[in-house]
Formats: sequence, structure tokens, C-alpha cells
Amino acid sequence: MYDIIFYLFAAVTLVSAFFVVTNRNVVYSAFFLLFTFFGIAGIYVLLGADFVAVVQVIVYVGGILILLLFGVMLTNKITNVEIKTGTINILPAAIGVGIFAGVLLAALINSDWKTLPAGKPLPTTALLGSMLIQDYLLVFELLGIILLIALIGAASIARREKV
Amino acid sequence: MIEVGLNHFLIVSTFLFSLGIYGIITRKNAIMVLMGVELILNSANINFIAFARYGNFGLQGDLIALFVIVLAAAEAAIALAIVLNIYKTLATVNIDEVDSLKD
Amino acid sequence: MTETGIINISLAILFLPLLGFIVTLLLGKKIKSIYLFEVFILTVTLFAAIFVAFIKLSYYVDDRIIAEIQWFKLSETISIKLGFLIDNMTVIMLFVVALISALVHYFSIAYMKDDPRYNRYFAYLGIFTFSMNGIVLTNNILMMYIFWELVGLSSYLLIGFWFEKKSASDAGKKAFIVNRVGDIGMFAGILILFLTYNTFSFESIFHSIAAGKLPFNSDFWLTMTGILLFMGAIGKSAQFPLHVWLPDAMEGPTPVSALIHAATMVAAGVYLTIRIFGLLTADAMMFIAIIGMLSAFIPATIALTQNDIKKVLAYSTVSQLGYMVMALGIGAYKFTFFHLVAHAFFKACLFLGSGSVIYAMHHEQDIRNMGGLRKKLPLTYATFLIATLAISGIPLTSGFHSKDGILASSFAFGSLTGNWIFAIVGFLVALMTAFYMFRLVIITFHGQPRDQHKYEHAKESPFVMVMPLIVLAGLSIFIFYTPNPLNADEGWFISKWLPAPVLSAPNNTRFDFMQETAGAVTHNPSHGTITYSESYTEAMHGAHNPAMILALVLALSGMLLAYIFYQWKKINVDKLTQAIKPLYTFSLNKWYFDELYDKTFVAGTIGFSKLIGWFDAKIVDGIINGAGNLTRLLSVFTGAFDRIVIDGIVNFAAYLSGFIGLIFRRIQTGKVQTYLILVIFSIIILLFLFND
Repeated sequence: MYDIIFYLFAAVTLVSAFFVVTNRNVVYSAFFLLFTFFGIAGIYVLLGADFVAVVQVIVYVGGILILLLFGVMLTNKITNVEIKTGTINILPAAIGVGIFAGVLLAALINSDWKTLPAGKPLPTTALLGSMLIQDYLLVFELLGIILLIALIGAASIARREKV
Repeated sequence: MIEVGLNHFLIVSTFLFSLGIYGIITRKNAIMVLMGVELILNSANINFIAFARYGNFGLQGDLIALFVIVLAAAEAAIALAIVLNIYKTLATVNIDEVDSLKD
Repeated sequence: MTETGIINISLAILFLPLLGFIVTLLLGKKIKSIYLFEVFILTVTLFAAIFVAFIKLSYYVDDRIIAEIQWFKLSETISIKLGFLIDNMTVIMLFVVALISALVHYFSIAYMKDDPRYNRYFAYLGIFTFSMNGIVLTNNILMMYIFWELVGLSSYLLIGFWFEKKSASDAGKKAFIVNRVGDIGMFAGILILFLTYNTFSFESIFHSIAAGKLPFNSDFWLTMTGILLFMGAIGKSAQFPLHVWLPDAMEGPTPVSALIHAATMVAAGVYLTIRIFGLLTADAMMFIAIIGMLSAFIPATIALTQNDIKKVLAYSTVSQLGYMVMALGIGAYKFTFFHLVAHAFFKACLFLGSGSVIYAMHHEQDIRNMGGLRKKLPLTYATFLIATLAISGIPLTSGFHSKDGILASSFAFGSLTGNWIFAIVGFLVALMTAFYMFRLVIITFHGQPRDQHKYEHAKESPFVMVMPLIVLAGLSIFIFYTPNPLNADEGWFISKWLPAPVLSAPNNTRFDFMQETAGAVTHNPSHGTITYSESYTEAMHGAHNPAMILALVLALSGMLLAYIFYQWKKINVDKLTQAIKPLYTFSLNKWYFDELYDKTFVAGTIGFSKLIGWFDAKIVDGIINGAGNLTRLLSVFTGAFDRIVIDGIVNFAAYLSGFIGLIFRRIQTGKVQTYLILVIFSIIILLFLFND
């Protein structure tokens, strides 16, 4: 059962990711990205990371993806239904990435990973919360500051210049 | 068919990573490039969590993944702001046309 | 009271005047009465010096206390040390310096009262006392040299204290420069010693010499070292031929003359020679004796005719210092020190007395305008007279004993070696000394006043000025040195307080009468006192009475002559001077030494400078201009070379770069994605390369 669900999610993720990078229509790509993110969220669940899976859905799907769609909309004419995008370097990219993936796969399959049997997954939210405000408090605060800076920076960069 | 283990997750993340790079290299549209970047980040996240689960690192992998997600959000916001700015000044989002640094 | 206590008090004696100097100098402009602090410090120093001298001479009379600390280390074997040597001479000198310095401080309170730089004057006195104490206390020649130069500096500051007067600032410079001439020799001597023995300490140097180690392994260089070191003393003690600075130094305030140029600083040269007595060979001692003889004789003849009260005293000082140096040269070690101390007191008294006269006469220094002051300045006259008796060698005074000892030694020296010249000059100088000193006294204090106006206004100086005179005159009485008014040999000063000198020069380089006899018991070669041979003792014994009588007769006849010439006027002095006009003018013009030095050294230096200037202008500039032209010629060649060869290479390189650039610019598309492909391929290549 576990295996079947895993293969299902893996297939959803990889196939939709493939369409993301190959589809000529930007809007379609964005929607395929949605499925990719869902698939990845499923994989997270399978790995026992329930909280991360939920954050994945909320932030990526609810935040970043919407942001990207807005980006698409704002940089094209809204009436243009066929928002196409050109591609370049198809052949060298395909060859290079193919070899690269092959090498990586060979490397990781040949590696003798020391693994422990995965135990029964437990709820992680409470533990993550206490870790965030204890051991990782400084990182947590820094991330908060980075988000604030990013917010201000993004607003100031995208602001309409007064001419 | 062998039982699903660490390697399976790693293979998935490898493919995701390669697809992300392929996307970054081949697409002209800057927003598509950003999507490729998101794919790469997600593949990295899968690796973190998978290693944490099978390497008995507790919840540290989850935590790093959370941080990555936060950074990805910040990065996406900034990147889109830059793209919008480029679009405003150069009237295009195709990054192969944005090569004014060359001159 | 332990030895540590003595060392600590000596340290206090050394550094208290420095404290006074710093405080007085820093606060001098703010607080008008800060000079009182300096005076107070000196009073404390004086009491400390009296205390330490008392303890040392009463309880540790046979000890030599040495305290050393390491200053820095040059190598494993060579370390430079600072240290004290406290023996009887040290504490006596400390007492002399502290006493005269303190008295001069008191005297100056009144004498310098109206001076605008009052506080600074006292500060200078403080640093002088500090440096002089340093010279006295040190146990090594390096520290001696340091303080030596400090003394030179403070002397310069004090001579030129009234620097608004050109003559004063000139005199300061002259003193400083002339002293440097001697110091060069001293420095060379110190370097020779250090090169040979790797130490500056007197003790260690003497020990090594006694053990047979000589500079450059030759007696000659030991002699040279002694003479070089003595050159410092020639400068500082104003010996012939460097005596010219001392009379000019009288431009300084009179109390300064008393402190520095009569009692203490000029004594430093003699003190140095006493300290290095151990390494002097017979040849070096002969040199010293000859220098001392000339210095005793020439200034004495000059002093006969001078009319400035301070100049007379200055030449008398040079003459007396020459006496001491001569005495040291002929081996009269103890009497030299005796005369040094006795002279310090009575000469300081004379100078302060002259200061008192000058003060009363409103800064009149020419004795031809004085006269009859006896009635106006009774205390000054009395003390001045006592000091004059002392310097003339009249019985019941300290000068009688010290001079008598020196004359007896010269007598004995003559009978042992056949060199009678020292004895003859010694007696001659004794005669002249008595004559010119009484001439001074008679013209100044006796007879009728010549300047009625100034005479009317003259009155006895205030107590702070008279008190030092009384103290110093008191110390010129024999009773402080020996109980026997006719023979000092048995007195505590000579027999108890002063040890026989330690001589470490090799036996064969000494005078015959100073050699160690084979049977003589010397417990420790470096501490063995020299054994004057029995013949010397006999000669001394035999010489004593004749010398005493002869000296007394000569002193009295000098005195009598002065009375005949100036008091009773039996012989008309003017006619006499007319009769021996050339000699008179020769003496009046100080043997033309200044003119001679002007013509030779000063003019020589200026001429040499002109020569060098000419050399600079013509030859050096010529070389430089020639070099310039040559350079220009060369640069024309190099310019051509530059244009053709270097530029060619550079242009070729530029062209090559451009060519390569043309090829490679195709890769530089400016497109991020192209670069990324290249990155991917590069990573793949790297992965294969490092795959093992």
C-alpha cells in the first residue's frame, strides 16, 4: 500500500514537472507546477513530515504559485489567451542535463547509504514549534528579519518610479 | 519491485532537480526560469527530509526544509519584483534579450 | 642601620633633587613661591647626606658597599648594569655636594631675588645637584658618562642663564663645546674598556686588569685608555689646554659659579681621575702630572693681573685644580682628595663672598672700583679672609694641610725619580697663589674706597647670604680634618677615612716606588692596596718638614709682597708693570689663549667649513651636474629603447590579446542560460575527472 501510494505521488510529481518545463504556454506550466507541488506534499507526508507537507501546500500553492501567476499576468497583455514562450538551447540542454542526471543517479545508487529502519511517523508540529523557539531561535528571528527585508525590498524594487 | 527506501526518494529528487535545471536553461520567459528554481528547491527539500527520516536525524531535516520554504518565498517575492522592474524598463521578460551588461 | 638602609638613603639623596627639579620646573610659572619647595628638598637632601656620611664613617668605615641592578642584557655574558658604589669618598663627596648645593640655594634666595626666571633658576640647580650626585654615586663608567653629560647640560643652562646677554650665551656655548672635546676622548676610552672587558663596572675592570688582561694586550693601550679617560677630566676640570671655558663661565650667576665652577662640577674631573686611578700606568700618570703642572702654573700667572673679582677666582680655581691633577699624577692619591674637599669649601666660600661683594656693590665686578669694603661688609670680609688664608696655605686652615701634603709628595717624588720640576712649579704656584689672593683681598676690602657713590650704598648682605659664608669659612678650619694643626697625616681624614689606593696596572708599568714588592702581602689582587715602597715612606717623611717650612715661607712672602705692593704701597705697582710691560700684558691677556684658539681652531674650523663649502659648490655639485648630464644622455638612449623595443612588445601583447579576444568573445554571449549550460558541462567534466 505504502509503495503504491509512493509511486503514485512520484509519478504525479515527475510527469507534471516534465510538463512544467516543456509546455510552451506559461499559464499551463503554472498549473502543472500546482500538481507538482501537491505531489511533493504527498511525498513529504510519506516521509512522515506532516507539518512540512501542510506548509508546502499553503506557502507554495497558496503563496508562491499565486505570485508567479500574478507575475505572468502582469508581464503579458491580459487579453492574450495564448501566452506562449519561446525556448532556446534545447539540444545542448537535453544532452547536458541527461548526462548530469545519469551521473547523479549512478553516484547515488552506487553509494552505500547507512540507513536506519524508519520508525513509525509521529506528529511533528509540537516538536517543531518547541525547537523553533528554543534551539533554533536565532535562525528563526533572522528568517523573520529576512522576510521583512524581502518585503520592503520587493515593494521598493517593484514600485512605480515617479517620472 | 523492491521496497520503497531512501534511494527511491533520492531518485525522485534527482529527476526533479534535472528537470529544474532543464527548465532554467531552456525557457526564455523569466517567470518560467523562476519555476525551474522552485523545482530545484523542492528537490533539495525532499533530500533533506528523506535523509532526516532514514538517517535518524530527528526533526532537523524538517526544520531545514521549513527554512528553505521561507527563503523560497522571500526569493520569489524579490525575483518577481525584479522581473516586473525589468518588464517596465525593457518591455520584455525574455532573459535572452536582457543582455545589456554585455556592452 | 644596615647597608641596605645606606643604599636606600643614597637613592633618596640622588633622586630628591630630581623631584625638586621636575616639580619646580613644571609648577614654576604657576606658583611664585615654588622655589621654596626646591630649597626644602635640598635641605632634606643635606640632612640625608650628613646622616649617611655619619653612619658610613662611624660604623662601616672599612666597607665598600656595592648595589647593582641589571639594566638590559646584550647577550648571555654581557649585561649592562646600573649600580652604586658607596665608599668613604662617595659619602664625603655626597656631603660636600649636598652641603654646598644647599648653601648655594640659600644664598640664591636673596641674590637672585629680582630675577624674572627665579623658579627656573632653582629648577636648574636641582637638576645639577641630581647629576652631580649621580657622578659621585655610580660604580660604573657608563653611568658616570651619562651623569657627566647631564652635568655638562646643567652647567650650560646655568652659565647661559642670563641668555639675553650675548656674552653669557656665548660663554654657555663655549663651555659646552669645549667640554665635548674632552668627552670625545673619554668616550673613546670607555669604548676601549667595554670592548676589552665587556663591562662598565670599575670593580670588574680593575679585577680583569689585575688578572693580566689588557686592552689589545699591550701596556701601551692601557696607558692610552687612561689618557683618553683623563681627557674627559681635562675638559670638565678645565685643565690646560681646555681651561679657556672656565673664566668665561663666570658670566653665569655668581652662586652658580660657586656651586659648579668652583666646588663640585670641576671637581668631577678630578673625582673621575681618582676613580680610574687603579688603571693608570706610570706613563699615563706622567702625562696627567704634566697637564696638571701646566694647568697649575699658567692660570696662576694670569690671575696675578686680572681685575675682575670673579676672573681672579676663576683662574685661581683652574690653578688649584691643576694642583690636584698634578698631585694625582705623582701618586699623592689621598692628598688629592683632601685638597679636593678642602678646596671645594674655601673656594665656594670665596665665590659666595665675591657674590656678596658684587651684591653689595650693585653688580660691580671690577676690583679697581672697590676698596675699603672691610668696614661695610665685616662678616663677608672675615669669611673671605679665612678662605684666603686657607687657599694660601697658612697654618690652622685646611688648605695648609692639603697643600702641604701635595708639596711634600712632589718633594718626595723629586727625590725618588729626579723629576724636580713638579716640586719647583708647586712651590712657585704656592707663592703666586698667596700673592694674588691677598692682592684681591687688599684691593677689595682694604684701603680707601675708589667709587665713593657705590661705597656709600653698600651694606652687609642679608642673613641667608652671610650664613653660608660662615658655614663654609668654618669648614676651612683644620679641626674638621685632623686634631693636629701641623700634621694631617695622623688625622682621621687621611689615616682613617681614606683608604690607600688600589692599583691594578701591571707591576712593570708602575712607578718604581709604587710597585708591589715580592714579599708584600696582598690578600686579593683586585683589593690589594698598592704598597708604596719603604723608600717612598722615608722620602715622604723626610720631605714633610722641609716642604712645610718652605711652603709656609713662600706663602708668607707672597702675602708680604701683596701687602708691600698694595697695602703699604712701598713699591709703585704701575712703575713695576711698566718695567715688565710685555710680561704684564701677556698675563693680562691670559697668555692670548682665546686669541690663539680663535686664530687656530675657530678660524681653522671656519676655514675648513669654507673649504668644504667650496668643495661642495665646485666638486660635489660638479659631480652631481655631471651625473645629471650623464643621466640625461642615458635617458635619451633608454627613451629610444622604450619606444622601439618595449612599446613593440607591449603593442604585440595588446594585439595578441585582441586576437584571442576575438576568438573567445563568441562564447561571451551575455546570456545567462548559455553560461549555465557551460556550467553544467563543466560540472560533468569535473565529476568524471575526480571520479575514482
